[in-house]
Amino acid sequence: MSVLVFTENWDGQFKKLSFELVSYAKGVAGMTGTTVTAVSIGKVNETELKKLGNYGADKIISISNDQLTYLDSQAYASVIADVARNENASVLVISNNNTGKAIAPRLSVKLKAGIGSGVSKLPIKTDPFTVYKRTYSGNAFAHMVINSDIKILTLAQNSFDISETPNNATIENLNVIVDGSVNKTAVRDVQKQSGKILLNDADIVVSGGRGMKSPDNWGSLIEFASSLGAATACSRPVSDEGWRPHDEHTGQTGKIIAPNLYIAIGISGATQHLAGISSSKYIVAINTDKDAPIFEAAQYGIVGDAMKVLPELVNAVKELKK
Amino acid sequence: MKILVCISNVPDTTTKIRFAGDNSSIDTTGIQWVINPWDELSLTRALELKDASAGAIKSVTVIHVGAASSEPTIRKALAIGADDAIRVNAESADSYYVACQIAEVVKKEQFDIILCGIESSDYNGSAVGGMIAEFLEIPSVSAVSGITVVNGQSVMTREIDGGKEEVTVPSPFVAIVQKGIAKEPRIAAMRGIMMARTKPVKVTEPVSAEPLTKIVGFEKPAPRAACKFVDAENPAQLIELLLNEAKVI
Repeated sequence: MSVLVFTENWDGQFKKLSFELVSYAKGVAGMTGTTVTAVSIGKVNETELKKLGNYGADKIISISNDQLTYLDSQAYASVIADVARNENASVLVISNNNTGKAIAPRLSVKLKAGIGSGVSKLPIKTDPFTVYKRTYSGNAFAHMVINSDIKILTLAQNSFDISETPNNATIENLNVIVDGSVNKTAVRDVQKQSGKILLNDADIVVSGGRGMKSPDNWGSLIEFASSLGAATACSRPVSDEGWRPHDEHTGQTGKIIAPNLYIAIGISGATQHLAGISSSKYIVAINTDKDAPIFEAAQYGIVGDAMKVLPELVNAVKELKK
Repeated sequence: MKILVCISNVPDTTTKIRFAGDNSSIDTTGIQWVINPWDELSLTRALELKDASAGAIKSVTVIHVGAASSEPTIRKALAIGADDAIRVNAESADSYYVACQIAEVVKKEQFDIILCGIESSDYNGSAVGGMIAEFLEIPSVSAVSGITVVNGQSVMTREIDGGKEEVTVPSPFVAIVQKGIAKEPRIAAMRGIMMARTKPVKVTEPVSAEPLTKIVGFEKPAPRAACKFVDAENPAQLIELLLNEAKVI
């Protein structure tokens, strides 16, 4: 029996996300009295693979097959399902990000395994296997029993603390044959932004709403964000107006994020916005309206005009760095 | 060419969620039910594709797994412009159960493009679309923020970590869509509402399927500490608190 964790790399490097996943899998293995097997797809060198052992992986299976360069949900699910069967996996741990959402449902059908999606804590108990999961866009959390023999848990990004429990993991390079009939995604073009802090990965996010009044006012917000090493985000009206790109929209129908610190500037805090950010560890609000609902979600607030406050915040961070 | 749009019936997104019966279920008193926001965008895009296809896309069908009480939501989808609807007459037990029911219908009726929203705003499962594809053993493309059909070939934009890819897969396939797929949901016009009354809604009985999960209880999110206000005349104090008290910068 084992807990199988699907890790993701970025041009051969693991991100924090993968260490969270392995730490979580280690926690589940502790509850179920099993070991952790990590699966990596892509070209990752041995030094990098070994890192997974630092977070509790007992065994690492590395698959670097050219046919798996791009994500095909059917091909990936078929490869991972084979590994899960060989490893006698009782629980699969996968990220609740775009890749995980593409693969987990297919694995669920292949393995007849119920999914606990978007978990942020270890299971409540293992008999019956009960997980704590986000529902109603964060307005309620469900206790969900998974009745199948194999369970799939998809972990919300940034929601589980990394813990180092060094293990001398064994590495196995696995050659797989990918059946062309299940690998039909053709990628014509790839556009990647480089050098930008990705919203889903960011520890700190600075976000602007309609209260910023004009796209011309974003300079000071961006300056504040870069002084903190933060990613920038925005509310829905701002992206709908075209003031900021759509991929910055955080909220129910945009990105759902859980940074350590979310700073909402000129955002009133409608339910739909809070649905995307309520898992942030700390929320700071800057708004002219003292009755704005964002202050009910925030731990720190300033009632004031963003245009006046922002330059002073930038100065304060600069002072700090001196 | 035929498009199928899967729709879920969810509480209006501004609903204040209350629990009933020992916190084991949601109190549905006074809830306004709507088409799941992502499904509404899928439907909108499907209709745009049909309008632009010069007759190549013959129909846009919506499918829903739910009891008769969800008919108003199905009628709304027809009013927005879907040609017809299928309702599988069963309470949705879990995503596996729902996907199994939809897959069974697709096996009989043959669709070229199946659109699903990335998640439903109630269970946030993000599972039904991929499961339908696996039951049918056909391709699925996830995180789709754009789709066009050119000479019968679907070209999709999918979001990846820090970027986008342009991808194609052969039909039939499932596209799991997210924000960006359509600009604004299409609104039902009066003519559409009138026409919807006479559009066909086929009711089919479910096949036998075993749900794999069950929600046994709900709880509210942990309450947050009250907001600590910093004087607007002294914003630097905020930075000091974030550094020394919250320790997050």
